[in-house]
Amino acid sequence: MKILVALKQVPDTETRIKVAADGKSLDPADVKWITSPYDEYALEEAIRIKEGKGAEVVALSVGGDTAKEVLKNALALGADTAVLLKGDGQGDAFAVAQMIATYAKDKGFDLILCGNKGLGGDNAAMGPMLAELLGVAQANVVVKLELGEGTFKAEREVEGGSEIVEGALPAVITAQKGLNEPRYASLKGIMAAKKKTIEELDAAAVTSGAHVSALTLPPERPAGRLLPGDAAGQAQALLQALKDEAKVF
Amino acid sequence: MILVFCELKDGQIRKPSAEALSEGRRLADASGKKVGALFAGASCAGAAEAAKFGADVILTAEAPTLASYSSDAFATLLAEAVKAKGASVLLAAATAVGKDVIPRAAARLGAGYASDVTGLSMVDGKLQAVRPVYAGKAFATTTFSSAVQTATTRPNVFPAAEKAGAGTVEALAAPAGDFKSVVKEILAKAGGKVDLSEANVIVSGGRGMKDGANFKILEELADAIGGVVGASRAAVDAGWGLPHSMQVGQTGKVVSPTLYIACGISGAIQHIAGMSGSKFIVAINKDPEAPIFKLANYGIVGDLFEVVPELTKAAKAMGIGSN
Ligand SMILES: Cc1cc2nc3c(=O)[nH]c(=O)nc-3n(C[C@H](O)[C@H](O)[C@H](O)COP(=O)(O)OP(=O)(O)OC[C@H]3O[C@@H](n4cnc5c(N)ncnc54)[C@H](O)[C@@H]3O)c2cc1C
Ligand SMILES: Cc1cc2nc3c(=O)[nH]c(=O)nc-3n(C[C@H](O)[C@H](O)[C@H](O)COP(=O)(O)OP(=O)(O)OC[C@H]3O[C@@H](n4cnc5c(N)ncnc54)[C@H](O)[C@@H]3O)c2cc1C
Repeated sequence: MKILVALKQVPDTETRIKVAADGKSLDPADVKWITSPYDEYALEEAIRIKEGKGAEVVALSVGGDTAKEVLKNALALGADTAVLLKGDGQGDAFAVAQMIATYAKDKGFDLILCGNKGLGGDNAAMGPMLAELLGVAQANVVVKLELGEGTFKAEREVEGGSEIVEGALPAVITAQKGLNEPRYASLKGIMAAKKKTIEELDAAAVTSGAHVSALTLPPERPAGRLLPGDAAGQAQALLQALKDEAKVF
Repeated sequence: MILVFCELKDGQIRKPSAEALSEGRRLADASGKKVGALFAGASCAGAAEAAKFGADVILTAEAPTLASYSSDAFATLLAEAVKAKGASVLLAAATAVGKDVIPRAAARLGAGYASDVTGLSMVDGKLQAVRPVYAGKAFATTTFSSAVQTATTRPNVFPAAEKAGAGTVEALAAPAGDFKSVVKEILAKAGGKVDLSEANVIVSGGRGMKDGANFKILEELADAIGGVVGASRAAVDAGWGLPHSMQVGQTGKVVSPTLYIACGISGAIQHIAGMSGSKFIVAINKDPEAPIFKLANYGIVGDLFEVVPELTKAAKAMGIGSN
């Protein structure tokens, strides 16, 4: 079995967003970069499948040189090989999907694991777009995955519960928290990863469908007020304010 | 045409779909276009209601094979309908199904996609979207270069507005062939309450709740004021038996209710990212220095174990939530 894991490098969740001078991108000064958290579940699932029934795991990222960090970490965690598709990182999710589809097309992957959304961009779109471009099945926001002979059974989160999706492999599965508990890299893994090389390829030339034309910060919230009194008085004052001022009720 | 994919539940249009359809109508009015509402399933009974939200045309694909949701079959259906109708915009609500099917249909159409948008407009005949990025820490204005433009609308942001449309019903053929994947079973959570992402009122608890069992007082308050219960990651990860589906924040649900009541939540940046889009925020915390107060419209400094039951009591006395 051959598994591709798509990993995106994103700003850490602690990042306070500053808009760059171009008015449409993130000011990268002081930003700490991490692997998108949902992609860690995707990678962990691939490694568990490898440990369970045996598989070759290829880690892939689209990005610049800094994205190699993500791939080094993936190798340390247990990916067999790593591929960097070099691009300017400016494309939309559709552009990234086309780049990965071009790479993956004839390589015989049985399973492609992604995060359900890339932290920050928050499109939650690359996976289903890639599935369509490759003409394969998809299951998104998956919290449980079982593989059969050429088939999969996935539990995915939906409003008010979950649903079971069954389909044929190859498939694109996007991971949600709960799928597994990602491990930490062992010293042995880190040492072994140092000996591996990251294959670097130019990403295919593609066209985006959408572009970010402006990035703005949310408006400041109006100053609030503290409600005085004892618990009963505070409760009364709050409900009255929500009713009369905010007109929530 | 602006085509809006709509979902039915128990023979009625789901509220997020009605919101998307209403927004489609507004965009169509602003740009002189027509609005089509598209339904698919074993039965589309109830689809006629789309006329109330401004649909000029109601497209229904009814077939036994569409009884269960299939990503690829539904994406094919949507993409074919866009082509057949010459639609330039495809919309749906950002629900579990909407977020699953629209990007797939977009890829089929070579179309750009903006997900979970909070604002839409037509500029020079093309869609323009505003969407939260970094879980709401910033907003990205998204413009399209593709001939077809697609988007999903965040629930609870766009008003569902009644406006009569002609509502001419047209049947669509269901896609043929083997479906690559199909939903086999739906595992409903007990209670059947609305999802956090669609809730109008949310009562959330954090580490200050001290134990999962104590969430009962939040349930009681939520029941009294017509809300649902959420949690911080600290509470979800504490081993109190709270499911991840309750987590609000950058790595949980991003919510936009009218009212968000944070109980025993300090206001970490990752939590704030998920709920700062709420219209009104109430913080109940015993620490007056808690960062959550900077965000709150109304703050109560006090012990949540005293304040929350008083709120429930007062809400019941005032008859709140009974409307
Ligand atoms: C501030 C800001 C500015 C932006 N500027 C532009 C712009 O100017 N023009 C433009 O077209 N787009 C722009 N984007 C969009 C964004 O960079 C792309 O949409 C992005 O590549 C897709 O990211 P996502 O995380 O939203 O994708 P999602 O669809 O949420 O990602 C889902 C999954 O796909 C995989 N994946 C996604 N991207 C990659 C990748 N690069 N490598 C490997 N796997 C990946 C991961 O497994 C991920 O979990 C901007 C976004 C932001 C937040
Ligand atoms: C990668 C990453 C992703 C993350 N994603 C999320 C996310 O999606 N969502 C999220 O919420 N967090 C997330 N976090 C965690 C976040 O950083 C905080 O740790 C978390 O939000 C804290 O939760 P809390 O406010 O419940 O707990 P605390 O910060 O411990 O706050 C508890 C509060 O309760 C108050 N309190 C205690 N007892 C009482 C009482 N009796 N009455 C009133 N008040 C009381 C205290 O004063 C305190 O302010 C993430 C962190 C990381 C690193």
